[in-house]
Amino acid sequence: MIYQISVFLENRAGQLAEITGLLAKNNVNIRAISIAEASDYGVLRMIVDDAEHASAILLENGNVLSMTPVSVVAVPDRPAGLADVLAVLADAKVDIEYMYSILAHGNETAYMVFRVSDDEKFANAINGKGLRIAEKAELGLK
Amino acid sequence: MEKRYYQPEVETASREQIRKWQSERLVKQVKHAWDNVPYYRKKMEEKGVTPDDIKSVDDLHKLPFITKADLRDAYPYGLVGKPLSECVRIHSTSGTTGKRVMAFYTQHDVDLWEDCCARAIVAAGGTKEDVCHVSYGYGLFTGGAGLHGGSHKVGCLTLPMSSGNTDRQLQFMTDLGSTILCCTPSYAAYLAESIKERGIKDQIKLKAGIFGAEAWSEEMRRDIEQQLGIRAYDIYGLTEISGPGVSFECEAQTGMHVNEDHFIAEIIDPETGEVLPEGSKGELVFSCITKEAFPLLRYRTRDICVLNSEPCPCGRTHIKMSKPMGRSDDMLIIRGVNVFPSQIETVLLEQGYQANYQIIVDRVNNSDTFEVMVEMTPENFSDSLAKIAEMEKSLVSALKAMLGIAAKVKLVAPKSITRSEGKAVRVIDKRKI
Repeated sequence: MIYQISVFLENRAGQLAEITGLLAKNNVNIRAISIAEASDYGVLRMIVDDAEHASAILLENGNVLSMTPVSVVAVPDRPAGLADVLAVLADAKVDIEYMYSILAHGNETAYMVFRVSDDEKFANAINGKGLRIAEKAELGLK
Repeated sequence: MEKRYYQPEVETASREQIRKWQSERLVKQVKHAWDNVPYYRKKMEEKGVTPDDIKSVDDLHKLPFITKADLRDAYPYGLVGKPLSECVRIHSTSGTTGKRVMAFYTQHDVDLWEDCCARAIVAAGGTKEDVCHVSYGYGLFTGGAGLHGGSHKVGCLTLPMSSGNTDRQLQFMTDLGSTILCCTPSYAAYLAESIKERGIKDQIKLKAGIFGAEAWSEEMRRDIEQQLGIRAYDIYGLTEISGPGVSFECEAQTGMHVNEDHFIAEIIDPETGEVLPEGSKGELVFSCITKEAFPLLRYRTRDICVLNSEPCPCGRTHIKMSKPMGRSDDMLIIRGVNVFPSQIETVLLEQGYQANYQIIVDRVNNSDTFEVMVEMTPENFSDSLAKIAEMEKSLVSALKAMLGIAAKVKLVAPKSITRSEGKAVRVIDKRKI
């Protein structure tokens, strides 16, 4: 299972720099990042190479966070690659809460992080259509 | 200018006469409380005082104080001095920890209270020829009912507008030619602004305003007077003591005459409880000497004021109190509503937040802004923005339900609220009043 670290962000200049600086100092590699924002606050969503280590550091430094299980799907790196994946999910009636892309390691695959309403339905739909849920190792995650 | 009073024989009585009334009524009232309010009798016994010890106002200092904590302990009936069958009304305001303050009235109490409000209206130039536009809230709040009753007594055409719905307020004001406006000063400023925006100043016939229930500055008074072309008078009161009309301003506008035939005012040192000489700044304490249903004696208002009994050019002889200059507790008055930080704390804990918060109050365009900064907690955090927004919405409604006014909630990072010397600063009041 891949865990996303979700961190509460208040609307204040420099907060993002503080968090990324803290991770840099502790040698954590951020593999994917996405921000959801409301007018006065936001949620920072990250996939990092060592989620346990990173969350411990963030907690020690007074952040509020949660570990959210997500799925990463290997998406063919070609036109319509993502469209095909999303069509499969639409057919299976899986609701996507949010998604964002993750850095690929120089092969012909792109990766998308998904947070969905029903993980089992999601896995069945993806696996049944010749698509593939990515493993931690290929993403450089511990 | 011809001097006019609602009850001239009372309002211009000699100081000796006022003192005589106070002594007679105090003696009677202490006996009434002793006989009919076991809660207060117990307090007197604890202090070793009996009604026999109270022979005149000089003995007032011997009596125990009543505080807001007593109102809470005795809630709801513990301080009521008449059988409920003799009571005809209650009014209520918010209390310190969510428990409301509930005050009871007999018909006689309502009558005397309305007299006090009538004195304020006449002092503001009101007669039976006037159209009195009451935009205080009607309901549990005393503002609407008090001025409404006073306006009837004076014989004004009374418009029971209540608060809000500015369009309707202005329509009645222009169509019926309202001449006296009763509301909070911030609402008066708002109405003045709306009148200016709509360019209907020439249709407004107002000549006076009676504005109370919140603090306002001399500068704000001049603004309102100039914009509405009126004279603006302050009025003071609190639900525990009856409501508006405990004291009111006259044309001199140099303090509010306390209706001393009904309420004895003292200034005490809030730390020691010691009575301070006239002219000292301290906490205002009231003893109700004519009220039947809710005969509070030596009630600590927590308002910091100064009393002054120098002769007033208006001819009234009753002592004047300054505008409250602050509080000896942490109560805030926001848009006319009493707000205690402890109420906010109660709601936060109920909603799963820590009691780490900060209240920021400001006044923008003569209207109070009210923001509560709340630290996010792991329990209430979610990776979903929608869920956070839902929690925030539920907090906003719970605060509104507790306080009676809306607060803007601002979620902030944990431990981000300023602490000085290890103690959190709970309230930042930026209003310059």
